[in-house]
Amino acid sequence: MRSMREALAGFRRTPLLCALSIGATGLSLVILGLFGLVAHNIGGAIGDVERRVEVVGYLLDDAGPEQVGAARRELEALPAVESVRYVSKDEALERARRDLVEFSDVYGELRVNPLPASFHLRLREGFRTPETVSETAGMLAAYPFIEEARFGDEWVERLFALRSAATGIALALGGGFALIAVLLIVTTVRMAILARGEEIEIMQIVGAREGYIQRPFLLEGAVTGLAGGLLALGVTRLAYVVFPARFAAIEPLAWLPHVWTAGGVAAAAVLGLLAAAYSVHREVGRAYGPS
Amino acid sequence: MISLRNVSKAYPRSGDALRGVSFRLRKGEFAFLTGPSGAGKSTVLELIHFQTRPTDGEVQVSRYNSRRVRRRDIPALRRRVGFVFQDFKLLERLTAAENVAFALEVIGTPRREIAGRVQRLLSQVGLAARASSRPSELSGGERQRVAVARALATEPRILLADEPTGNLDPDAAGGVFELFSMLNRLGTAVLMATHDADFVRRHPDIRRLELEDGRLARDSAA
Ligand SMILES: Nc1ncnc2c1ncn2[C@@H]1O[C@H](COP(=O)(O)OP(=O)(O)OP(=O)(O)O)[C@@H](O)[C@H]1O
Ligand SMILES: [Mg+2]
Repeated sequence: MRSMREALAGFRRTPLLCALSIGATGLSLVILGLFGLVAHNIGGAIGDVERRVEVVGYLLDDAGPEQVGAARRELEALPAVESVRYVSKDEALERARRDLVEFSDVYGELRVNPLPASFHLRLREGFRTPETVSETAGMLAAYPFIEEARFGDEWVERLFALRSAATGIALALGGGFALIAVLLIVTTVRMAILARGEEIEIMQIVGAREGYIQRPFLLEGAVTGLAGGLLALGVTRLAYVVFPARFAAIEPLAWLPHVWTAGGVAAAAVLGLLAAAYSVHREVGRAYGPS
Repeated sequence: MISLRNVSKAYPRSGDALRGVSFRLRKGEFAFLTGPSGAGKSTVLELIHFQTRPTDGEVQVSRYNSRRVRRRDIPALRRRVGFVFQDFKLLERLTAAENVAFALEVIGTPRREIAGRVQRLLSQVGLAARASSRPSELSGGERQRVAVARALATEPRILLADEPTGNLDPDAAGGVFELFSMLNRLGTAVLMATHDADFVRRHPDIRRLELEDGRLARDSAA
C-alpha cells in the first residue's frame, strides 16, 4: 500500500521521464507485437507451404509391384516421413489430361503412356528442413527402380532464409528498443531515488529495513514496465483492428495467442523490475553493504 | 556496550583516517570525542553506527561485531544507536511532529501508536508547543531538539552526536547539551563529537577522548 503510494508519487514527480519510459517500453513491444501478429498469420501460411514440400521419386517402368510395395512400407517407416502417396502411370496420365487441357488431345491419341509412376513423400513437421529434404531424396534415389528423385531444394532453402531474416530483424529492432526502454527506466528510477535522497538517508540512519526502503522504487519500475506492456498491447490490438479494414483484400487476421500477449506484458513488467533493481542496487545498495 | 579494538580505517584516496584506535564506552556513560578537523571524529561515529567498516581491528556494539555482522542485522543495530548531526537533517517540507513520525513509521511502528509517541518524544525534548512548526520556522536549537526527538524514536541505548552544537549559538548549544545530560541521567550512553574546546573545558567532569591525526592521543578516563 505504502509502496504503491510512493511509486505513484514518483510518476507525479517526473511525469515526462516516466512517460518516455513507458513509451519506449511500449514501442519496443509494439514492434515485437506487430511482428508477432504478422509472423503468427504468415506462420500459418508458411506452414501450409511447408506442408506442401514434397520429395518426388519417379519409378522405372519395369519396377515390379512387390518391389514397389516393399519400398513403400520402408519409406513409410522413416521417422521424417509423414505420408507416402503412390501415383500409378494411369493416374499420372489421367491427371495430365485434366490439368493440361491444351495437351489433352495429344495425350488422348497416345497408344503408349509415356508418364512414369511416382512416389510423393511428405515430411513431418519439424523435419521440413533443407537437410532432411535432400537426405530423404537421396534415400529415395538409392532404390534401383527409381529413375530420379526431385525436390524444390533451392526454394525450400529460400523459404527458411526469409523466415530467419525476418525474425532476426524483428528481434534486433525490438531488442534495440527494449534496451532503450531499460536505460530509460534505470534513469527514471534513479531520478526518483535522487529526488528522495534525504528521506532515504534518514531511513537508513534510523534503521529502516532495506526492503522497506527499496520496495517503492522496484514497484515503480515494474509498474512502468507493465504500463508499457499494456500500451503495446493496446496499440497492437488497434493495428489488428484497423489494418484489415484498410486492405480489405487481406484475409481476416488471427489475433495473437493469449500466451504471447500475457507473456509480453509480463516480460515488460519483469524488465521494468530488473531495470529498477539495477538502479536501486547502484544508488542505495551501499548503505548497509560491507566497506 | 561499545568497544573499539585496535581500529584502523583507510580510505582509498585520502589514506589513513584512523590508526589503531582502542577504547570502550560503558552503559550509560557520557564522553566527548574531541580533536582538530580531520582528526577522525566523524569516522569513529560512523564506525560505531556501522555506516562504514574498519580496515583493521574490530568494532563491537552490544552484540554486533563489525567482523561478523550480517547485512540484514544492521537496521536492528541502528535502532539501538541514535544519531544526531550538526546540520540536523530534518525534512523541510514536514512539521516537527511529522519529522518524528517519519522515523517511527519507517521502522514499522503501528499507525495508531504513532501520534501518542510523537507527542511524548517532543515533550521529552521540550518542544511539545512547536509540534506543527516546520524546520524553517524553528530556531537552530529547536531544530536540533527535533532531530534528537527523532533519534530517540527507536528508544536507543546509545546516542551518537556529530558536532550537534556546531551550528548553534552558545545559548542554544548549552540547551542541547543540557538535553543530552538529562537523557544520559535517564540511562542513555552519549558519545558527542565536538571541536569546541571551551565547551569541553567547562565540563571537566565528563570523560574526554581526544583524537589527533587518526590516533587516540588522550583519554581522560585512562
Ligand atoms: N568518505 C570518505 N572518503 C575519503 N576520505 C574520508 C572520508 N571520510 C573521511 N575521510 C578522511 O578521513 C579523515 C578523517 O575525517 P573525519 O571526517 O573523521 O574527521 P573529523 O575529525 O570528523 O573532522 P571535522 O572536525 O572536520 O568534522 C580526513 O582526512 C578525511 O579527509
Ligand atoms: Mg566530522
